[in-house]
Order: sequence, then C-alpha cells, then structure tokens
Amino acid sequence: MSHASASPKILTARYHLEDSHTLAVAEKAGAYEIARRALTTMSPEQIREEVKKGNVRGRGGAGFPAGVKWGFLNPKPGQEVYLVVNGDESEPGTFKDRTLMERDPHRLVEGIIISCFAIGAHKAFVYIRGELRFGQLRVEAAIEEARAKGYVGPKPFGVDHPVDIVVHSGAGAYICGEETALLNSLEGRRGEPRIKPPFPAVEGAFRMPTIVNNLETIATVPGLIERGGEAFAALGRVPGDGGTRLYGVSGHVARPGVYEAPAGITLRELIEEFGGGLLDPSKKLKAVIPGGSSTPVLRPDRFVNAPDPNHPLHAYHEKSELDVPMAVDLYRALGTMLGTCCATVMDETVNMVEATRNLMHFYQHESCGQCTPCREGTGWILDLLNLITAGRATERELDLLVEVPNNMMGNTICAFADGTAMPLLGMIRQFPDEFREAVRRGEPLGVRHDETTRSLFEGQGGRA
Amino acid sequence: MAFALTPEREKQAAALLDKYPERRAALLPLLWLCQRQNGYISDEVIAFVAEKLGLETAEVKGVVTFYTMFFQEPVGEHVIWVCRTLACDLRGGKAVQEHLQRRLGVVPGQTTRDGKFTLLKAECLASCGSAPMVQIDDDYHENLTAEKLDRILDEIAAGPPWVEGATGAASNTEEEG
Repeated sequence: MSHASASPKILTARYHLEDSHTLAVAEKAGAYEIARRALTTMSPEQIREEVKKGNVRGRGGAGFPAGVKWGFLNPKPGQEVYLVVNGDESEPGTFKDRTLMERDPHRLVEGIIISCFAIGAHKAFVYIRGELRFGQLRVEAAIEEARAKGYVGPKPFGVDHPVDIVVHSGAGAYICGEETALLNSLEGRRGEPRIKPPFPAVEGAFRMPTIVNNLETIATVPGLIERGGEAFAALGRVPGDGGTRLYGVSGHVARPGVYEAPAGITLRELIEEFGGGLLDPSKKLKAVIPGGSSTPVLRPDRFVNAPDPNHPLHAYHEKSELDVPMAVDLYRALGTMLGTCCATVMDETVNMVEATRNLMHFYQHESCGQCTPCREGTGWILDLLNLITAGRATERELDLLVEVPNNMMGNTICAFADGTAMPLLGMIRQFPDEFREAVRRGEPLGVRHDETTRSLFEGQGGRA
Repeated sequence: MAFALTPEREKQAAALLDKYPERRAALLPLLWLCQRQNGYISDEVIAFVAEKLGLETAEVKGVVTFYTMFFQEPVGEHVIWVCRTLACDLRGGKAVQEHLQRRLGVVPGQTTRDGKFTLLKAECLASCGSAPMVQIDDDYHENLTAEKLDRILDEIAAGPPWVEGATGAASNTEEEG
C-alpha cells in the first residue's frame, strides 16, 4: 500500500486548529505570509508563471489548467478585470469547497489577494450557493478581519494594488455553477448560461474581462507560491496534474469525509485508506461515481483494456478501473471524467436503475430550461426511468433511454446536457443487464438505497 | 399594503448598492434581505425591489421564479429541506423523509397545521460526507439519526421563530480522518 494519507497537508494544514477560521489563529499558523511575500517581492508575471508551472488542473470539475486560463486575459485599455470565485458547489456527491469556506476562509482570502494581483484585478466576487449560509458568514467575517488589517483594501501589504472582495449569495440553482450562468446570477439575472464565445476572459462579469476559478483552485494558490510552481507540481503523482487536492468520499464507506492527498491517487486508495473501506465489510463493492454525478460510473470488476503501448492507459492494462490514478487526462481516456474528485461509493445492495433514476431526477429538476433538447430531454429521461422502475416499460423504452441522451449531447448552450447524458449512458453501458432485467421483470422495483445504513438512522450505532 | 424594509435593513440595502458596478447586481442580495424580513417574496416585495433597482416587476419576478430558495408563498416559521439526492439516499435520506412525514404529519410541500414547520425536498446540499442531513432555515444538521433528528426538532419547536445566522461547520473533514 502506498500510504496516500502520509502526503503533505497544505489546503487542510490549519483545519485541525481550534478557531481555525479566525485571523488570529490562521495568521499565527502562517496565513498571509505568502501574500505579503508575493505582493512585495514578485511581479504579477512571475506569479502567473509559477501557477502555470504548478500544473493546477481546475478543481471545479472541468480540469482546465488554471495557469493557462489566466493566460487568456488580454484586457483592452480602460477595461477593468474581475476575479470571480466559484463557490457554488452543487454537483451531487461534492462537498469539499465548503470545508475551506468554513474551516480556513483566510486561505481563500489570501489566495484571492495573490490571484487579483497576478491577473490585474481589483475586485473579486465570491459566489457561494445560497444554502451554504454558514460558509458565507465565515468568508464574510474573514474578509472583514483582513480588511481591518489592511490586507484587503487600498494598499495590501503597502503595495499599490487595491483589492476588494464581495461575497455574493446564490439562491438555489445547480446551473449557477456553470461559469456564465454564475455571471448572469451575479449580475442579478436568471442563472441561464450564455453562448460562448465570447468566453469570460474576454467578456465576463459586467461585460469586463473576467477569470472564473473554482474556490479550491484559488485556495491552492498560496501553497503553490510558497513552494514554487515546480515543487508544487511535483507533489502530484501523475505528470500534468500538480499538487495536492481535496478528495471527498461518501456513500457506503466507513469514514465518509473530505481528505487532502496528492493529485493522482487511485479510487481504491481513496476508498480504502481514507474512507476506511466499505461501511459493511461483508458486502461487495459494486460501483463508484468518481467525481460528482456527471462523471460516468466505474466498476471494480471492470478492467482496463489497453494492450497498445501507445495507449494512454497502457501502464494500467488489465488493472481494475479503480486502480487508474485519478487524473484529468487518464480519466478521460478511461471514458469517465475526474470531475470534483468527490466519489460516491455503492455496495452491492444498490440497484443501479434506481440509482440512475435518483440522479436523473436531479437533472430534470435543475435544467435551466433555456435549450429545448435539455429541458425536454431531462424530462423524457426521468419519465422513461419512472416507467422502468415502475415495471411498465418495454424494450422500446430502453432504446429511447439511449436515444434521447444521444440527441441532447452537443445540441445545447452549455455542458449541462452532456453532464446529464454521459453519466446516464455510462450507467447503461456499465450495468446493461440490470436495466434489461428491470424491463423484463415488468414489476415495480420496490428497492431503496439505505438497506446497508438504515440501522444507523434507526439509532443502532449511528455517528454522533 | 406596500412593503418596506426596517430602518436597519434599509441601511444594509443601501450598502449593497455600493458593492457592485451595476445596480441590478444587487437584485439577489436585496431579495434575500426582503425574504429574511418578510418570510417570502410577495408581490409587494417584488414591487418594492423593482422600484428600488429601476426594473420592471416582470424582470424581478422572472428572477424570483428561477431560484428554489426564494419562496413565492408564505412558509412555516421554520423550513426543513431534506436532501434526497443519491449520496444522502445511500445513507438514509429516504428514512429521514419518512421520519419527518410521520412526526410532522405533512408531505413535502406542506406546512404543519400549527404553522411551525414547512417540509421540502432538496437536491444535493453539499453535505454528502455527513449524510443523512437536513437543512433547517440557515443551519445544516448532519450525520442524523432518528433520535438526533427528534432532539433537534424538539429544540426548534420550543424555541423562537427563525433567527438569522447559521451556526455549524461541516463535520467529517480531514481533522477527523
């Protein structure tokens, strides 16, 4: 075993301290030292270069290299540049950014100060989903503490680069995690995604050049600058994915939670070393959604087939899907996506048709309704799955369940439709027999998902 | 009757306008401010907000109806959101909902007869590592058991109506791992 848990703790270094959210505690443990050093001894270009070298793949799910994204900025004279921090964390199964807001908001504020300096922004908006009121209050309090010290304000650390930070609350809409929907929501509109191009780096918030980064990505910046880009990149286990990152593990594991580890650990390590293995060890592991509900499901008993030495997965030929490092490009080659690195673990008691229905209910509820293929398609999918789980479907409905998502992908303004279709098709591809069996039986499935955990809720050994 | 903010909230509203380069950007925070005072977004609130930001009431209504957390009808003193998305369901989300239905005598979408609680179903609330969970007003209640849920509801039912400000950090993070 490789002891992924022994890796350096950077993002979570202060989580265990009492009152870690306060400036007094965070600063005693090193907060704002890096921002001071960066602003007083480095140029914006140098910071941008280090971030590029750090190989930080965006932590929000798409995995776009943060340094490259920053490079797209090219403001015209007189244009203001904005930094927008995406704290909308709403992808089912994902619960990592929240811990940063609540346990170490000063790391976020420090990251914002450095990032604003690096990209030439004087104003940052932190968009936090409306439900995370506690996180909003903690981030707001941290900003005020930093403002009182002068770290946020007209001259941070005596440097003539004013920085102001505004927390903006969402109000319940998954789609606002999509960056252009987020910008509309920030501007006081319905959270409907915009047609791209123009991309936000050209025309973003208030029609100004804007960088939208995930909240963890920005919180990663101080630790990266502290070590230098190359050293930070080297913390990752796989070339191309640098640093440490937050992993989440939930569902049928013994120790669900958020853990920090190098980029590129495997799902098996996440489940066994961090998650403590299955909640009920007498059960078999059946399936894992690796990085939020939009990432196609993986099976421990499916093996990589890459005999060609040039195949990106050749090093993992004949290994289980769970033993491929969790890295942006390797996961793409595997037919899934890395997403948010927050895995949902399911043991053998889970019926995958019902699990699919649960997730497709989510997408039907959250489609913004702007594009017809998505608005209608998500409804059709849910109707079909309701028929199948009710035992009233035929083979024809099963065919439609493949045909509908295939007509959604690529036909809409944003990636929501793809994010619905891919995991659905992934479920059908990975568990075709279960879908066929549900249709063949022609009876209501009548299953529930808490067979393994019900005794916990009923009070026989639940966590405090 | 026309809606008006309390003097203190009126000050907060004025401060909101200064935070953004465009007036309209204050729409969501202003709606939040009004809902925190009024309990829900009534037509009077919409008229008030539209007037304040120089928008048409239809534009404001269009925004209100887009977001699930803006209530378009009166709700109980406390609103319970029970998360039913997969990660919670694997840990007993359905059992939580059933328990709440039994205890409160309502189904999602309804308010108890005494006006204390409104029960609603939520999609993923970013609390998967501490499932099952509910959100009650501004607070998350995590790692629920039937007993714990009953205790929480007893306390809330005996306490004052909704008070502003959330009180608890995420559980099940690194420090416990």
